[in-house]
Amino acid sequence: MKFTLKIWRQQGPDDKGRFVTYQAHEVSPDMSFLEMLDSVNQGLIVKGEEPVAFEHDCREGICGSCSLVINGVPHGPERGIATCQLYMRRFSDGATITIEPWRARAFPIIKDLVVDRRALDRVMQAGGYISVNTGGAVDGNVVLIGKDQAETAMDAASCIGCGACVAACKNASAMLFVAAKVSHLASLPQGKPERTRRVTAMMEAMDREGFGACGNQYECEAVCPKSISVRFIATLNREYLRAGVVESGAPTVPEAPHAESD
Amino acid sequence: MTTLDSKVPSGPLETKWDRHRFSEKLVSPNNKRRIKIIVVGTGLAGASAASTLGQLGYEVECFCFQDSPRRAHSIAAQGGINAAKNYQDDGDSVARLFYDTIKGGDFRSREANVYRLAQVSTQIIDQCVALGVPFAREYGGQLANRSFGGVQVSRTFYCRGQTGQQLLLGAYSALCWQIERGQVTMRPRTEMLDLIVVDGHARGIVVRDLVSGHVTAHTAHAVVLATGGYSNVYYLSTNASGSNVTATYRAWKQGAAFANPSFTQIHPTAIPPSETHQAKLTLMSESLRNDGRLWVPKVPSGRRPPNDIPSSERDYFLERRYPQFGNLVPRDVASRAVKTLCDEGRGVGPGGHGVYLDFTDVIEQQGLDVVRERYGNLFDMYQRITGEDAYRVPMRIYPAPHYTMGGLWVDYNLMSTIPGLFVIGEANFADHGANRLGASSLMQGLADGYFILPYTIGHYLATTKITPIAEYHRESREALERVASRVTKLLGGQGRRTAASFHREVGRILWDHCGMARCEGGLKRTLQSIPALREEFWRDVAVPGSGETFNQELEYAGRVADFLEFAELICHDALHREESCGAHFREEHQTPDGEPKRDDTRFSHVAAWEYRENGPPILHKEPLTFEFVQPTARSYE
Repeated sequence: MKFTLKIWRQQGPDDKGRFVTYQAHEVSPDMSFLEMLDSVNQGLIVKGEEPVAFEHDCREGICGSCSLVINGVPHGPERGIATCQLYMRRFSDGATITIEPWRARAFPIIKDLVVDRRALDRVMQAGGYISVNTGGAVDGNVVLIGKDQAETAMDAASCIGCGACVAACKNASAMLFVAAKVSHLASLPQGKPERTRRVTAMMEAMDREGFGACGNQYECEAVCPKSISVRFIATLNREYLRAGVVESGAPTVPEAPHAESD
Repeated sequence: MTTLDSKVPSGPLETKWDRHRFSEKLVSPNNKRRIKIIVVGTGLAGASAASTLGQLGYEVECFCFQDSPRRAHSIAAQGGINAAKNYQDDGDSVARLFYDTIKGGDFRSREANVYRLAQVSTQIIDQCVALGVPFAREYGGQLANRSFGGVQVSRTFYCRGQTGQQLLLGAYSALCWQIERGQVTMRPRTEMLDLIVVDGHARGIVVRDLVSGHVTAHTAHAVVLATGGYSNVYYLSTNASGSNVTATYRAWKQGAAFANPSFTQIHPTAIPPSETHQAKLTLMSESLRNDGRLWVPKVPSGRRPPNDIPSSERDYFLERRYPQFGNLVPRDVASRAVKTLCDEGRGVGPGGHGVYLDFTDVIEQQGLDVVRERYGNLFDMYQRITGEDAYRVPMRIYPAPHYTMGGLWVDYNLMSTIPGLFVIGEANFADHGANRLGASSLMQGLADGYFILPYTIGHYLATTKITPIAEYHRESREALERVASRVTKLLGGQGRRTAASFHREVGRILWDHCGMARCEGGLKRTLQSIPALREEFWRDVAVPGSGETFNQELEYAGRVADFLEFAELICHDALHREESCGAHFREEHQTPDGEPKRDDTRFSHVAAWEYRENGPPILHKEPLTFEFVQPTARSYE
């Protein structure tokens, strides 16, 4: 197979950036998308040109490093996978493929297709944890957790933190990312003591980092490599609302005459 | 001159760790604030250590080369984590986990370390539950277990097929808390390129900021390496593309002994390689062997579809050779059996590199839904890569380099031969001997990081007089110069070949001569051919761009350069060990029916290698004595 690639090249955060066209020849349908890029890069290197910078590590869809917008869609045309799990047999021979980085205000470009996603780490640092010390934990079976509850927590916890949800959202919102972590911990008894503080702190951090607001368009779910459901955004909203009520203090006790009137 | 003192406490096995913890000196809370510790790597071991040390009150500076600490390769572990909880009441105990691990490692690990690992295993599960790790549960709400290779009890805890991810996210969240509290300074996209040793003590590291290209020195009171394994030296492996040997190899060159470097686990169930551009091998969890049956046709049957081959014409080779353990024999045994069959020309699929892993029987007995629930994500992964539906057609699998039991030598306190340099997780050699059992690497990483290192490092800090040093100290400057001159040299090649082409070539050489089977002739030839390849690398490698920017090819070429040296050390180790044990199979040492022959009189030792600047490495031996278990022939028949 062969392809025409239009790849975003940008020297650094201050460079304007532009699309550059490359040809990929002798591509096997069994190659992964990243292996196809590897082979283009090998050609560039022996010509003395700088290879296209792109992020990758585990190459099995779990580390969350890879981050390409392929033909306008984060992680490409197939649902429920990361870029590294995309294979060239998914494309028709001779096609033109456009490759861009994640684009969001909170993700400045480092080089070519590599962006800085530390904003997501900072949101996690604001409250995405249970603050327990090492040692002294009670036996894991002391608090029973129903299978359904554990499965829900696991559904949310499977987020790989790649940021595709942000890249897909026209508001560059990180709501699905935050929702996944908040829902994971809120659905487990161990996460309950800090649920109020956690959701408030993470939402504030999300705003501070320059992520936008949720527009209820569900592009995030459509591109999520782990197919994390937008119903967790509803959970997040409930948690946030609940936190607002809890933080405003206990309801005031009404005056006695009114309370006794009926 | 390297000396190996394992510092294993005397006395009964069961109380060694407790007594040792009591006899260790403590650092007072006020002093901890004034002590800085560097942690390199943020996988299970690194993240759990950094967070726990931060929580104890030390000032921690933590480094990883990935863009976020959450991405380290521990995240890819699928199957599970062992713990001697005996929740199933099926005869498990600390003693049994200890025995299984010692036997699984073919009696090439330290009794005291392994017993301690089994002891703390139960605490790990509790700690992870407290951190919110969503382990699989039974309907009644209790923690669920499954069984794994090499054992006869069900002691593996899991989170679907994503156990490593969930445990790492647990440790990462603990790390996030300590970063928020200001106890840990996190430096992502920063790669360690050298170790700073002052007056014989590890006092810092030299790193390169992968975004700006700046090379800087960072000093501290102690350094912890949690930099993972090196099976990427084989080029094709199950490791992440960034996994490398550089940090531990650089420490070796500064005087830390490297133990058993040739002990590399070749995992039996990976998806077979399909073509030359392939960049990695994808693992299919060992848990698949709980229900899948391995077979090949009794006589090679060309392109005949597997479903057309009646069971009378199938050879369920593991069940035939090992009736007691069947498909659940340890990894090294299964891998070797697969290799033997494929070498005999009985393999299936392209190039005969594969055997079938068949789920027909379990689907018939328990239904498609059960299989889908247990392994759905793995079957999906298989289909994406191969384009085949494993619910209908048996999977094809083939062994792949996976985990490295070898690593920097450490004593009972997890300290290397350089005082002040601690090594944890896969980066050390300590607990798995010559073969690691499934679901034990996650256990060891977290045991080291949460529960062992935070104690033992305290004793070192409390008993060692550590004078302050500046970042421009002489040894720091020398280390900075070493790194700078290497970067210049890498950029100065003639540019005719890519680093990847050298990597592929050295990987091929190792796979052929120092992979699942090794022999004297092959190893000696390899020791000749690697230096020549290395010379060619330095002459011809192409590294475009500059050292002062984000330059992924420069990072990669530096790692390949270290693999090209390290490959030689692996071969020296494999050559010296004239026996077959665990993952190390010397063709000269086998029984007539192809089982490995261990030699306890000559090789019941850890081989720890010392670096020498001009000339082959120097071998030191730490004898392994077995007070509590009797080494026996390791039979799974």
